[in-house]
Amino acid sequence: MATVIELPIQSYEGLIDPDWCPGCGDFGVLKALKIAAGRLGIKPKDLIVVSGIGCSSNLPGFIHSYGVHSLHGRAVAVAEGIKLANHDLNVVITGGDGDGYGIGIGHFIHAMRRNIDITYIVMNNQIYGLTTGQASPTTMKEMRTKSTPRGNVEMPINPIALALVSGATYVARGFSGVPEHMASLIAGGIKHRGFSLIDVFSPCVTYNKLNTYPWFKERVYKLEDDEGYDVSSPEAAVQKSFEWGDRIPIGLFYQDQLPTYEDSEPAFKQGPLVHHKLGLDRDTFEGLMSEFV
Amino acid sequence: MREITVGIGGAAGDGLDKSGDTLAKTVSRLGLYVCAYNSYQSVIRGGHIWLRVRVAEEKVHSHGDVLNVLIALNQDSIERHAREVNSGGAVIYNSDKFKLDPTLLGDNVLPAPLPMATLTKPFGKVQPVMQNTVALGALMFLAGLDFDTAAGVLEDTFKHKGQAVIDQNAGIARAGYDYAKEHFVPLGYEWSFSRRARPFVTGNELIALGAVAAGCKFYSAYPMTPASSILHWMASHADRCGVVVKQCEDELAVANMAIGAGHAGVRSMCATSGGGFALMTEAIGMAGMIEAPVVIVEVQRGGPSTGVPTKTEQADLNQVFGASQGDYPRAIIAPTDTTDCFYSTVEALNLAEKYQLPVTIISDLLLSEHPETIEPDALTNDVPIERGDIVTDWPEANGVYKRYEFTHSGVSPRALPGTEGTVYVAATDDHDEGGILISDIFTSAPMRRKVQEKRMRKLDGLLRELKPPALDGPPDADVTLIGWGSTRGVISEAIVLLASVGIRANQLQIKYLTPFHSKEVTDILKNCRRTICVEGNYTGQFARHLRAETGFTVDDHILKYDCEPFEPHQIVDEVKAILEGRERSRNLTANEAREMACHYINTRLTETLRPGKINQVEGNGFNEPCWKIEIVSRESAEKRGELLIGIETGSTYSWREVVS
Repeated sequence: MATVIELPIQSYEGLIDPDWCPGCGDFGVLKALKIAAGRLGIKPKDLIVVSGIGCSSNLPGFIHSYGVHSLHGRAVAVAEGIKLANHDLNVVITGGDGDGYGIGIGHFIHAMRRNIDITYIVMNNQIYGLTTGQASPTTMKEMRTKSTPRGNVEMPINPIALALVSGATYVARGFSGVPEHMASLIAGGIKHRGFSLIDVFSPCVTYNKLNTYPWFKERVYKLEDDEGYDVSSPEAAVQKSFEWGDRIPIGLFYQDQLPTYEDSEPAFKQGPLVHHKLGLDRDTFEGLMSEFV
Repeated sequence: MREITVGIGGAAGDGLDKSGDTLAKTVSRLGLYVCAYNSYQSVIRGGHIWLRVRVAEEKVHSHGDVLNVLIALNQDSIERHAREVNSGGAVIYNSDKFKLDPTLLGDNVLPAPLPMATLTKPFGKVQPVMQNTVALGALMFLAGLDFDTAAGVLEDTFKHKGQAVIDQNAGIARAGYDYAKEHFVPLGYEWSFSRRARPFVTGNELIALGAVAAGCKFYSAYPMTPASSILHWMASHADRCGVVVKQCEDELAVANMAIGAGHAGVRSMCATSGGGFALMTEAIGMAGMIEAPVVIVEVQRGGPSTGVPTKTEQADLNQVFGASQGDYPRAIIAPTDTTDCFYSTVEALNLAEKYQLPVTIISDLLLSEHPETIEPDALTNDVPIERGDIVTDWPEANGVYKRYEFTHSGVSPRALPGTEGTVYVAATDDHDEGGILISDIFTSAPMRRKVQEKRMRKLDGLLRELKPPALDGPPDADVTLIGWGSTRGVISEAIVLLASVGIRANQLQIKYLTPFHSKEVTDILKNCRRTICVEGNYTGQFARHLRAETGFTVDDHILKYDCEPFEPHQIVDEVKAILEGRERSRNLTANEAREMACHYINTRLTETLRPGKINQVEGNGFNEPCWKIEIVSRESAEKRGELLIGIETGSTYSWREVVS
């Protein structure tokens, strides 16, 4: 195995500073992603960060790497296209709960089902922040927001459970309050072959006055501290994913090594698609034409 | 020119597309030309399917106007089409199962009943679809075609099923041939067979083939008629052509994945029909904004909404023009014939990369799905692959790389993700030369103005590269027929027919819809005597585009929105009416009324009935003249009732049963 030459966090220093509100949970995610990439020695040129639209989706602009700041809800699909075109790239998707679990949930589920080797970091603040505070798919029941003045009546999505039943092979949850721990989860996700989800409690200090740093700090505990928890057991993971109340688990819920989508694609035996020779030779072309006669 | 049109009518599941294929391949191996059209339905079994195969010694561009031989695979097809068979023709049918009422036949039309059970008996228990093979054998004799060539096609078709199946098929076809030889007089066709075999292809197959020939490496799709056959061809040839084919969860994913792949440096394409295209539109605007190359194929079918999924129309033009919010550079190409599907796709992939923008190919069900013969040397693997300016190496001495550098051409050298020293973010928010957002805190009006100009400027160079349209036919013609996309062939055939009745017409067929050759087209049209725009939609969408781009208003329109393709005589009739100043009626014709009666019988009455005599009645209490159609028993031809259908509105007013 090749030795990893770690890179300093400064290697990923973006040209401009984040425009997030002071105290936003997303700062922790940005830092954790840089630490993780540096620890794995991924050169900025080999990293591409793809996002959709939302406060957290502005992240690619704040990190020195390739990036696509795509459409609302479509980051996963764009990222899949990039990965299939050049699977040598480390593809990381960053976005929010509205982007990934609301408008983009179809792509989210299907990407997991494919077990394509992409790392998806969802900055889950349980609110629509960029549009100034409407209910999101993970807003807790009964919470009052600008769009739910009588209290939210819908069940929040459980992203961990959803990922587990949809075929993701690395399912974790982080918390911006413990960025070092989150960095390890992200590094683990990038290293993992297959689809990895890192759902992150990333508090919105402006529009979510319920799920705040103190609210999480009182509740979260690390799964690794739970002796006897087996990350290879899907059943145990599903059970844990429903733990929500006085105690909320963070850490790695589940990991399994299964063939990735890329493993099943015959064209990739010749290396990344982007390096393939274009066009058809005469014999192949004539063979194709002969089928029409 | 000698030609024959064979119509094969039946229900879905009767296997008539396979029979049509065998016939078409046989005659194309004999060196004849074929153009076919299948009026099929969105059902797997049942319904009415009507395949017309036009065969000729010279190139034909449409399925034509006439019917020479009917092969009826069910009773319904006899009743619908027997009366359309021209003098000198024949009706081939299974006389064990179906009845041919001789009053349905015109003068000098041969009834050709085949006792299928007797003929297939020596072959043991055979599937009902084998009646088709018997009929094909009989057709070979009646139409003076070469039986051994047909046997050769059957052999190739069933090679994978083993010798026994080949022998059975060839034997059954032979039985049909021999029976016809014993019992019928041939129809008198004398062909000269060049035996120069020609490929028999559809537009969709050539879009797919053109794409891989031009280096398309990524194809994404969601199943949707009539674009699915591109997916099928791509999927079944993916390994040989080194293409990644991805069926996605929806068209949102299809377009966004294709754009992701295009952005990462792979030639990518996707295809859909109108409904799927609607879902793709936001992504197409993204490709415009982040300057990602991608090709989107929109194969139109009857709309709006789910519409008429298995029928053709040219009514998605407004949607394709209107795709996505905002102004962005893009190209829209409408291939004008089957061979052009191949070259348009090659061109689309080149333009997409050279100018870093989305290119839409707009086809329709007719062009994409009808099969026809093309010349063996019409296509080549040796097509240009032009990728535009790609940065592969960026030494530090070059300074900071600007992905969206404001160049004079508008085209900024493109670095692919993974390249050293050219890291950037491609953003859907508007951005400066380096890709930094100008949408939020760094807002800048002049920057926005200049970046928008830079993007749009790319179209100047692109337009210069496109071949301007030209008039086909005499420049001083009495009338100019303007068409776009798939109607090239049928308009050109209509022009030949018009000449034979003394009307000199020429044709202006438009292929490049955006950007538009406004100046060239204006120069052509201002010298035309009389202009008529021919298109397959209700509102004249292209004529409106033409007006928007040139200020030129066409004199007249020929519009078709029954979702069947134009036939040459329909264009001729309308041109004549226009030139003679006759008012063109939208009234229901007798033939249409009969079709509507079939619809009424199939949906509300029983299969034992069929339409009989038809005549016009006034003063019926429905405020419009009506068609009165007798509905008779299939078995006895006895009258069972009367249907009244309004001639103007087409409303089915009354059904009156006759109690015997």
